[in-house]
Amino acid sequence: MSIVVGILFAIGTYLILSKTFLRIVLGTSIIGHGVNLLILTMGGLKKGSPPLRGLQAFNFTDSLPQALLLTAIVINFATTALFLVLSYRAYKVLGTDDVEQCRGYADE
Amino acid sequence: MNNYVVLPIIIPLITGMVMVVFKNNIWLHRILSLLAIALIGVDAVFLLEQIKTSGMQTLYLGGWVAPFGITLVADMFAALLVLVAAIVVFCCLCYAFSSIGSERERNYFYPLCLFLMAGVNGSFLTGDIFNLFVCFEVLLVASYVLVSLGGTKIQLRESFKYILVNMISSFLFLIAIAYLYAITGTLNLAHLSVRVAEAGQGGVITAVAILFLIVFSLKAGLFLFFWLPGAYSAPPTAIAAIFASLLTKVGIYAIIRLFSLVFYHEPGVTHLFIGILAAVSMVLGAMGAVAYWDVKRIITYNVVVGVGFILAGFASFSLVGIRGSVYYLLHDMIIKALLFLLGGTIIHLTGTGKLRDMSGLIRLYPQLGWMFFIAALSLSGIPPFSGFTGKIFVTTGTFQSGYFWLGGIGLLTSLLVLYSVMKIFMSVFWGYTSFTTESEKGTTKGLLPSMTFLASLTIALGLGAEGIHAYVDLAVAGLLDPHIYIDAVLGGNGR
Repeated sequence: MSIVVGILFAIGTYLILSKTFLRIVLGTSIIGHGVNLLILTMGGLKKGSPPLRGLQAFNFTDSLPQALLLTAIVINFATTALFLVLSYRAYKVLGTDDVEQCRGYADE
Repeated sequence: MNNYVVLPIIIPLITGMVMVVFKNNIWLHRILSLLAIALIGVDAVFLLEQIKTSGMQTLYLGGWVAPFGITLVADMFAALLVLVAAIVVFCCLCYAFSSIGSERERNYFYPLCLFLMAGVNGSFLTGDIFNLFVCFEVLLVASYVLVSLGGTKIQLRESFKYILVNMISSFLFLIAIAYLYAITGTLNLAHLSVRVAEAGQGGVITAVAILFLIVFSLKAGLFLFFWLPGAYSAPPTAIAAIFASLLTKVGIYAIIRLFSLVFYHEPGVTHLFIGILAAVSMVLGAMGAVAYWDVKRIITYNVVVGVGFILAGFASFSLVGIRGSVYYLLHDMIIKALLFLLGGTIIHLTGTGKLRDMSGLIRLYPQLGWMFFIAALSLSGIPPFSGFTGKIFVTTGTFQSGYFWLGGIGLLTSLLVLYSVMKIFMSVFWGYTSFTTESEKGTTKGLLPSMTFLASLTIALGLGAEGIHAYVDLAVAGLLDPHIYIDAVLGGNGR
């Protein structure tokens, strides 16, 4: 599981370091998934036991990381959607999707 | 249990939602937003009095007791910040009425401000680290939209960078929470403090603490401030003023809260690190402020200096140093809003931000000029104004703890700060008046009252520092002794 997280982080970092808007957005989305998997792994992976603390309290799955995960997915979804819309608008207005051409204060 | 604690979060949230429904009724938006902010202020005053008489106030959401459910905690520090935030946003909204333009007003400017306010208050009042993340996201999403609202070229360009930086820091925040949960098995701040104290702050926990520090440094602009000057100079004046006075302060609040409540066992590592970052950001911020000849750039770099100075006091981790930090934090929220509003007004009047293109404004706008003078003196900590109290306590605190270099850098940079704002004052207000009432690009009509109020507040806070002394001391006591917080939240259970 942690290897998958590592691979997702590597891909995401590579994409964020590239130059076009769309790749950067995809990169943040992939890192977001990596983070979600990491939270799930940190809760401790157990096999097939219910997320309830019954009478035999020896074996139960910790349900809190899954609740955190759900919240994180929703937030990540919303910010990614906003980011995509914004980068499309930036592409329309600025006329370029290359971050190299988005720097500088010459035109202020 | 005290239901007043949740009001600063739900009042702006509900009002904002109601406002979204009535999109075209701008007057309703204005009145409702002012009303909501005023209610938050009144509620904060109530909370202050309750905390003063009967200790910290807590609220267990949904009736789930402390280590299991989400807890809201109002200690003196948080309540003071909620009050000052409400005052500052009130003034910025009054300024926005006559400056923001009907286009932005129609596109949900006021609801967004209220959502931002809900996120800010939530971050101040929460007692749960994951809930802190959620509140951060609420305020960040509102701020993403506010930065790009209007859609000019520079705004779109800067908001892209701003969103990217903040998304990555949010991911790091989640990673740090995941690691901390794996180590301690809890998310409640008070419970975390107990667990970390029991287990001892070993190498792994210190590493997680540094990860948290990186996250909040990105949000607060402590050393990792590369995104800040661009993002804060892009949006219109009222929005930039709200950002400068609130957003970085939320990051500072999170650093102070976590490193005084949870990760306080290894001050030789973590707090020294905070001190070094504070010193570097003071020096770099002052260099930026001195180097530029542009009003907006100079005042945005002054934000960075302020962040460094507040955390320098905290890094000393002594009674006097933290007292100075609290005083300076309250002062900084007011003065940064005032400075951004004044700078924005100058640009609004002359149509340019370049210092070399303007001179002699004091003949036409004496009130504006003198207010700028007061703001400049207060910013650099000249005695009758509010910056002085914080500055003297921070400097004494760093000297007492043996961080002479930190205090020295703080004093040196305040000289540079004074130079940078005096540079604006001299080249904008002094000199030959080439500027006539015909050539002005806008009027000060409707803009002056909110700035006058903030300026008089900085004088009042400077002269009446003794008056809020009791409140500040309670806040400092709560920060220095984690057991007060733990006892208030957990009571007997959890020990």
